[in-house]
Amino acid sequence: MFGWEFPPHIAGGLGTACKGIVEGLARNDVQTLFVMPSASGDEDQSCTTIINASDVAVAHVTSTVDEFIDKVKFINVDSNIVPYVDPEEYFEAIEKMKKEQRTETTIGFGQKFKFSGKYGANLLEEVSRYAQVGGTIAMQHDGEFDVIHAHDWLTYLAGIAAKELTGKPLVVHVHATSFDRGTDDMVDSRVFAIEKRGMEAADRVVTVSDLTRNIVINKYGIDPAKVVTVHNAVDFSGRENLQVERGVKDKVVTFLGRITFQKGPEYFIEAAAKVLKRTKNVRFVMAGSGDMMQRAIRQVARLGISDRFHFTGFLRGQEVQKMFALSDVYIMPSVSEPFGISPLEAMRSNVPSIISHQSGAAEVLKYALKVDFWDVDAMADDIYALLQYPALADFATKQGFDEVNELKWTGACAKLKKVYESVINQ
Amino acid sequence: MKKSICLYFQVHQPTRLRLYRFFDIGKDSHYYDDFANRTILKRIAQKCYLPMNELLLEQIKEQKGKFKVAFSISGTALEQFDRYAPEVIDSFRALAETGCVEFLCETYYHSLAALGSEAEFEHQVLKHKTAIEHYFGVTPKAFRNTELIYSDQIGAKVRDMGFKTMLTEGARHIMGWKSPNYVYSCDFRSDLSLLLRNYGLSDDIAFRFSDSGWQGWPLTSEKFTQWASEAEGDILNLFMDYETFGEHQSEDTGIFDFMKALPKAVLGGGFQFVTPSEATRKLKPVADLSVPQPISWADEERDLSAWLGNELQQDAFNKLYGLEEKLSILADPMLWADYGHLQESDHLYYMCTKFFSDGEIHQRFNPYDTPYEAFINYMNVLSDFIIRVNNAIAEKQ
Repeated sequence: MFGWEFPPHIAGGLGTACKGIVEGLARNDVQTLFVMPSASGDEDQSCTTIINASDVAVAHVTSTVDEFIDKVKFINVDSNIVPYVDPEEYFEAIEKMKKEQRTETTIGFGQKFKFSGKYGANLLEEVSRYAQVGGTIAMQHDGEFDVIHAHDWLTYLAGIAAKELTGKPLVVHVHATSFDRGTDDMVDSRVFAIEKRGMEAADRVVTVSDLTRNIVINKYGIDPAKVVTVHNAVDFSGRENLQVERGVKDKVVTFLGRITFQKGPEYFIEAAAKVLKRTKNVRFVMAGSGDMMQRAIRQVARLGISDRFHFTGFLRGQEVQKMFALSDVYIMPSVSEPFGISPLEAMRSNVPSIISHQSGAAEVLKYALKVDFWDVDAMADDIYALLQYPALADFATKQGFDEVNELKWTGACAKLKKVYESVINQ
Repeated sequence: MKKSICLYFQVHQPTRLRLYRFFDIGKDSHYYDDFANRTILKRIAQKCYLPMNELLLEQIKEQKGKFKVAFSISGTALEQFDRYAPEVIDSFRALAETGCVEFLCETYYHSLAALGSEAEFEHQVLKHKTAIEHYFGVTPKAFRNTELIYSDQIGAKVRDMGFKTMLTEGARHIMGWKSPNYVYSCDFRSDLSLLLRNYGLSDDIAFRFSDSGWQGWPLTSEKFTQWASEAEGDILNLFMDYETFGEHQSEDTGIFDFMKALPKAVLGGGFQFVTPSEATRKLKPVADLSVPQPISWADEERDLSAWLGNELQQDAFNKLYGLEEKLSILADPMLWADYGHLQESDHLYYMCTKFFSDGEIHQRFNPYDTPYEAFINYMNVLSDFIIRVNNAIAEKQ
């Protein structure tokens, strides 16, 4: 299994989901080797074996083309000579070698590449290097696995390389697409290309919601027959809800997430202004940071509600739990959300939630209130109702709590296991 | 009569706010970054206030009383001196005793109360007057508003409070063809004289002194005196931040040497030094000046846009002064002190988004990375303050 991050050191939700998946698979008697670019050593390995790609030297060994075709040895381009190798060049190089029937390649020393494992400026470079190291790892562990599973575009190339070199079936897991990161005309074409290539090379494409499945089919042109939805779950084991003393008496309505276009922050602000026209005993909190934050702040000031609408900046670790504990209503007005785990966390913390129909979570959450992201009147109505009518809030809280506790990775991974079985038996 | 030079220095330190998060609202009502306030004040005291006060005292003695200056020291600066560096107060007191130094009156909290609330303005002016009397044993007669903000309306208010002199900016868009180098009056009644800053000569010292790319560089006292004598008019008003000396222009630029040489050069060039009140006594207003819209000494625009130019600042300002009615029935001194400190104009200045033209100077004095952070932090503090006000009112009822 190729991932990009794994708890405790995570920047996004992908790492948390990967942990849930390997644990769920373990409970379904599926063993996993989890490859990640930069492991710290403090990852919980009780359910998986973590392989740190930064520790793996890519062998530069003499090899014959025949041997290469027999997938015995792996040839890499020396990183000192070619500082940037994109995946295209990399595969071209392999093809070229096959054609030329060259019998020998140069000898170099084992080379390790130190991955940052972050989402920085040289992300694309890391992604292509990860593919090279990933291929090597797949070769080294060839006898130990039956299926290759790659999480999101960052790891698709590694998955493809592993498939090419071992012939094992490939499952790519779509947690998000380029269309969830930007608008249709703002999609990064390089990322899109990698995504499309991964989906095309895969034997099965797993999506986290039907919403994402539709995107995969319609925007990437993937055969519907090989695209399967496995809804996300969430692991609440060992989690106690925090008891936090409240500083403010007012009710608190919270938005928690990146403040970016696709999360719909401006709709939340508009709805907040509408609610404040009707009732004063409420505060709104926008927790998180992102490229729309400054715009959001201006919007709040322009509407003249900045004494009732607060920004916390990016929240870390316990602060997220604390924020939930202080909240009376949670809102996720996403314009496009492949799944959206945060309302599940909110509901688990006894916070009734309002989510947009344009989120994958809306497909599984019966007891969350649902609105269209653009319908700020409906949003304001729902916020007002949850604040003013205790019967509704209590019902949504209680039922929501039970509902999210049922969404377990064990169940999701049973489905995933079936996907594996279908590709192994092909 | 000899041409006059009027030197006035502004002394101010803001009460910087600590990082105040949403989670603190309703729980912790200490708003200030005491560490930063103490550290910065002590540093500036060493680099500017103490050495410069000593220099001025020497010059007053050397010129046998012919060298004169004026100060306006904000209430928040006085509070910080008292708390962190009382020796600065002593050195100002030594200057006061020479009789050659005038202390001006301003809003105690260096606030925009003149624009926000008439009652609050009056309250803060009186509070400052009392503080000056307390520390220096003199009653201020001349007034300077925060950042030299002035309009006809503010002028009328200041005159009604009994001041005879007020200082403001010689803003080009107000002056037109008129020269700032004369005394003007607020209106036809002419019982409030206006002294207008000569921004050219003032900024030669305050901003351009160390700029080696400037054609006037290096600036010497002889060169400056020469320029001053070329200027037409009765009086040259050189108004600037006191922190210019040793802080904005560091010691190694030679700014102290320049100031040491200046009095002698200027007096030798046929000028006399006057304090603002003296200028009013000696010089008759040549005309009255109409300023319907507020002006200030800030930035290229010389208007209020540094404090109230964007929607963040306007919302914060409106929320703040919206509290006045509620506060008016409360007597809690803690609440009133916080209300005052929250009015310091610096908090709004930090929210300024005029990055491109004057952003550089804004950045220099700004503890926040972005105006947005400044706004969020301020509004969190203000939200807590509003809760306290509401609680106090509920208790009273």
